Amino acid sequence: MAFWDILEQYNINTALVMENGNSLSYKELLDISDKIGLCFERRCLVFSICSNCAESVAGYLGFLRHRIVPLLLPEQTTSELLERLLQTYRPSYIFFPKKHDLSICGNIVWSGESYILLKLNFQQDYKLADELAVLLTTSGSTGSPKLVRQSVKNIEANTGSIVEYLHITEKDRAITTLPMSYTYGLSIIQTHLAQGAAIILTEASLLEKRFWNLFKEQCATTFGGVPYTYEILKKLNFKRMELPSLRYITQAGGKLSKELSKEFSEICKYKGIEMIVMYGQTEATARMSYLPWKFAQSKAGSIGIAVPNGHFWLADENGKAIEEPEMTGELIYCGENVTLGYAQNCADLAKEDENHGELQTGDMAKRDADGFYYIVGRKKRFLKIFGNRVNMDEVENMLKQEGFDCACTGVDDQMNIYVTDATLLEKVATFIRDHTSINRNGFKVCFIEKIPRNEAGKIIYSRLKLYDEND
Amino acid sequence: MTNLEKYNEAFINSLGVEEQQLQGLTYQSVDTWDSVGHMQLIATLEDAFDIMFDTDDIIDFSSYEKGKEYMAKYDVEL
Repeated sequence: MAFWDILEQYNINTALVMENGNSLSYKELLDISDKIGLCFERRCLVFSICSNCAESVAGYLGFLRHRIVPLLLPEQTTSELLERLLQTYRPSYIFFPKKHDLSICGNIVWSGESYILLKLNFQQDYKLADELAVLLTTSGSTGSPKLVRQSVKNIEANTGSIVEYLHITEKDRAITTLPMSYTYGLSIIQTHLAQGAAIILTEASLLEKRFWNLFKEQCATTFGGVPYTYEILKKLNFKRMELPSLRYITQAGGKLSKELSKEFSEICKYKGIEMIVMYGQTEATARMSYLPWKFAQSKAGSIGIAVPNGHFWLADENGKAIEEPEMTGELIYCGENVTLGYAQNCADLAKEDENHGELQTGDMAKRDADGFYYIVGRKKRFLKIFGNRVNMDEVENMLKQEGFDCACTGVDDQMNIYVTDATLLEKVATFIRDHTSINRNGFKVCFIEKIPRNEAGKIIYSRLKLYDEND
Repeated sequence: MTNLEKYNEAFINSLGVEEQQLQGLTYQSVDTWDSVGHMQLIATLEDAFDIMFDTDDIIDFSSYEKGKEYMAKYDVEL
């Protein structure tokens, strides 16, 4: 039995707290979930446009409890990407906020306060693998329809590990700071539900007064943040903020600089709270490692050790395990939370487990003599822009298809797109804005006379990168 | 440049908006005024006027007009 099947044990606990201060007990939440879940005639695929509100969570639980497979999508999904996903995966239903004016034909089968469930006209002429539970996007920001397939076992295993190392109990009250469709945000929701804890749901950001008012009124005990969240907290003088209910904070979604890591572990020590730095990927359900609080200062900059029941090793160029400390290799993770694999089309949804519990993370790492891991670089060309993965090759290809001569480099939170025609800077920026969900402040379009290439015509990124510093 | 021009320019440059959009502009009413844009706007204003905003003012700086009230608090006359 998965945790979502036995939530009745928490019936009288508070499950969700809304922005207006109203709350739902687990019993009330499950009533809504099961009403939604019972609308389906048979096991099928549903698109769910997520937001941090009660019915979004209720729908998700309803899908899981009734073995319906949801693809979780962010609210900001462009209509262009949604259309492409609809044509690619032909879902039987779509669940979305009423305020979104989706011009999609279908029959309303359930209508709540803020969400509706629409039955679509697609014929389900493909199979869903038995163990498939949830689908998530990999790089939603560039609009690729590639999905990660997560199983019941994956979610159960990862939820169990996280609950164990974060010591989540039914007394906890997590406040949302991340989208529900984002693996890190979703794992916070899942781990708290699994323990009968409360989730304070808000769409407000940390830069809004109503967020902090809700935080204080509802006595939040924890929240998570990507590296940029920590920049915001620094700007807000987190050290001086009076938050007596706060027990601990977590960090994931990209590498926090060693300086910020150190600074925040000191601030947290001063405030009497804990800060847990973590590392993960959608491909590993959510989390692969964490840095135990007692090592936060002495091992600042490290992603820590593998989560309970998980295991790391480093592969050299030939795929052989590196035994010596301080040697760089590709980080490989093994554990039951390694997802089944990817899907590129609806036929792939019938596929069984392709990864067999082992994930090549694409991150280059080293291990110190005490067994702590440090990310030192990436094998593939992608950046994390405000917590979201952006594949630079994909961006280049999109632009090239539009006829732009370009090349991308950059660092996390700042991608540089070089184009060789100075008159096209604005046009390229507009194209990226219109066709991707890459944050507008996360990229810059720059002019370069000639893109450096080697004799074979391959772009020499190391040389292109030299231009980054001259901006 | 007058203080008002400096104030307007901070919005125009940080959020990529046009001058005629400024009246009535609120947090998240344009997609560039998200948390990242807000951080840039605050940093630009702090640099331009050589001030340091308090936490409460950063999280309540929710519109073009509201921001003007806060500038007065820091002795910046617009």
